[in-house]
Amino acid sequence: MLLGLYVPGNSPLHRRRAGTKLAVLGVLLGVMGVFRTAEVVTGGFVALTALTLLSGVGLRTMLAQLRPLLWFAVFVGAFQIWLSGPRQAALAVGFLLVSVGLAALVTLTTRTQELLDCMVSGLRPLRRLGVDPERAALTMSLTIRSIPVLLELSQDVQQARRARGAERSLRAFAVPLLIRTVRHADRVGEALAARGVDDP
Amino acid sequence: MRRTPLATHDLALVAVFAALVAVLGAPGYISVSGLSAPITLQTLGVMLTGSVLGARRAPLAVLTFLALVAAGLPLLAGGRGGLSMFTGPTGGFLVGWLVGAAVIGWLVEHRPSRFGLGWVALANLVGGIAVVYAFGVPWMSWAATDLSLSAAWAASIVYLPGDLIKVAVTTVIAGGLLRGYPTAMPVQHRVRRDRDSVAG
Amino acid sequence: MRMTTIRLDGVGHSYGERVVLRDVDLTLTETRIGLVGANGSGKSTLARMINGLVLPTAGRVVVDGLDTREQGARIRRRVGFVFTDPDAQIVMPTVAEDVAFSLRRSGLNAREKRERVMAALDRFGLAGHADHPAHLLSGGQKQLLALTSVLVTEPQVLVCDEPTTLLDARNARSVARLLAGLEQQVIVVTHHLDLLAGFDRVVVLEDGLVVADGPVSESLAAYRALLD
Repeated sequence: MLLGLYVPGNSPLHRRRAGTKLAVLGVLLGVMGVFRTAEVVTGGFVALTALTLLSGVGLRTMLAQLRPLLWFAVFVGAFQIWLSGPRQAALAVGFLLVSVGLAALVTLTTRTQELLDCMVSGLRPLRRLGVDPERAALTMSLTIRSIPVLLELSQDVQQARRARGAERSLRAFAVPLLIRTVRHADRVGEALAARGVDDP
Repeated sequence: MRRTPLATHDLALVAVFAALVAVLGAPGYISVSGLSAPITLQTLGVMLTGSVLGARRAPLAVLTFLALVAAGLPLLAGGRGGLSMFTGPTGGFLVGWLVGAAVIGWLVEHRPSRFGLGWVALANLVGGIAVVYAFGVPWMSWAATDLSLSAAWAASIVYLPGDLIKVAVTTVIAGGLLRGYPTAMPVQHRVRRDRDSVAG
Repeated sequence: MRMTTIRLDGVGHSYGERVVLRDVDLTLTETRIGLVGANGSGKSTLARMINGLVLPTAGRVVVDGLDTREQGARIRRRVGFVFTDPDAQIVMPTVAEDVAFSLRRSGLNAREKRERVMAALDRFGLAGHADHPAHLLSGGQKQLLALTSVLVTEPQVLVCDEPTTLLDARNARSVARLLAGLEQQVIVVTHHLDLLAGFDRVVVLEDGLVVADGPVSESLAAYRALLD
């Protein structure tokens, strides 16, 4: 299977249930979003640091999660210093880092499958609205299964494009890829039907 | 046309197109330094999904893809994933993909017969750009603590030329499929079936 | 094992204006039946009619007294189907999950399911790959997995649509051996004529019509005559 971003471990964070972690994350982000004061953001920053240390995923892993924010944070920081001064700039950058960091912490300490199961069970109350959690789970598994198949397919298409000397044409890549993708989906649909997916 | 029962076929299309969006995040990864969201073919995947799958299935495909990202699979361009993708400054663009795919699908399904490819281009401009930015930019402004909308626009505008190219490519590809390979366009199936059922 | 009776009465099929099958009357009761014919002869459509994946536009298909038009679900529990491309047929990320998917409505508990899955994987030489991602299997192993996932439900009939077309000679041979060893009734659509050695009956289709039907040697002679 595809590897998730999960970092194996046995910390108190790893041992909490996915649903609990998601609920706590939701509350923390909600409170921070509404009361965006220096105290709250500082508190969030302390909590993020402490929880990261507690989780044992390592500061380096956490920094790697925050790294894509770097340029945006610099942009925001510079903009806010120019507009409202260093205090507001620190607040804005701090809020960005904490809201991304806390969410990343949940991802790093929870297995992908557990989060998927959690989402599927979250769909159960929606059954009345015609949502079928089992079908949602099947769709997600089928997507995971289809990714390597389509990757191979797209490599085939790229090779064919190279062989025809149309290497730089996005169209010569995308049209055959799309046609083969739809054909593949047709076959998968047929196989699902043969395996009784639609049968009562 | 009584082949596979429709429901499994839909499920297969949803899952396979979700996988296609993931696969398009893998190659062609061009990072625009200075900002936090890389240019990729992933938005092309969203546009193609909307244009081919229609208003109901396209957002389900994007939702499935986003669920796997949220669960921690590194399927966003540059190998990113996890919940922090949603809490971070570019989270709004992901939500925009979801709504945008539905809007593109709805518009393409309701193409007035006197319009041709221009309509597909319009659908993708509206759903693939206007809607996506309408979610992405205010979100970015909010997440970066009252970054003014115009500044958030300034931070996002670098992606616009790329997105316009993707609209053009999507239009050409969808047009090619509509004319040259109509059975690869499930949207067309749907329309044709509707007509049949009216006739019969 | 009691053989299933598959009856096609005046079966025809067309996609829009394109007629792919017409006036097919067949009663299939033999243990090993081959379906051969050129591309576009209608043999794949015919195979898909046996488990109700495709419904006839004329006539009817009856499996052990059940009409595919009304009892598709019950028929699909008795008739397993193996497709040409295992990548389309394997729907779960890992090997054991895919086999277990077939047992999702079996009423077995988790432990019993795991036992059935492992026994099936063991039987087809995939036990060592149980928790491997399906995409890391070789082409031949993928087709074995597709077969395993169908056979784990113990269907009475197995329909295979060109099961060896995408395989190399060695893997094709091992799939052929596996099919030969099954106690089920097996119906195979194929271009690989050596797959039909030891079969009881071969039906030859041409342009949607049955043009030959009989023992292997006779039918294949007629088929070869068509090719020339």
